[in-house]
Amino acid sequence: MEAIINLLSWLFLLSGGFFCITGMIGLIRFPDLFTRLHGASVTDTLGAGFIVIGLILQSGFTLVTAKLIIIMGLILLTSPVATHALAQAALHAGILPKLDNDETGGHIAGEDE
Amino acid sequence: MFTVALIAVLISLVLAMVRAIIGPTMFDRVLAVNSTATLAVLSLALIGFVAGRPEFLDIAILYTLLNLIGTLAVLRYFHPNEN
Repeated sequence: MEAIINLLSWLFLLSGGFFCITGMIGLIRFPDLFTRLHGASVTDTLGAGFIVIGLILQSGFTLVTAKLIIIMGLILLTSPVATHALAQAALHAGILPKLDNDETGGHIAGEDE
Repeated sequence: MFTVALIAVLISLVLAMVRAIIGPTMFDRVLAVNSTATLAVLSLALIGFVAGRPEFLDIAILYTLLNLIGTLAVLRYFHPNEN
């Protein structure tokens, strides 16, 4: 039983580390700010989620598990808020998404004149 | 086992810092610092497990909250309805 839990924990920790690195490679290689937001959110959800699940499997039913669940809940609550505020502030500062075939003429639908 | 995940998180920290340094606009830097804080929370939790001291998790909880406040405080300067 313990071997199975250890194996699962290994798997979750390794995939969490993989998704962390993947998201940050996206943060470096994507072309503009709004796609970089997408890359960063991979780290916030999948990377953090898998690593926390792996740690929970190691700690069992203790206070540590409760703290880890609190950390994961806080990350899941605050990360979309920060992303939304960042995208809104960037749009209002005049940064537009980089489009391959720009049919909007520099105007974003839904934004006030 | 925790050390491997910790090394992966530290590599991603380095990549986030690269974006924070070369980011062309201010918003790229804010985004990179936000990701850096998330990765710092993860590395704090992993360090707690590596060292066998779960007290580090309290610091991680605190850092998560400071992360949101810090990001929103910087973005507050660019809020459209202000003033």
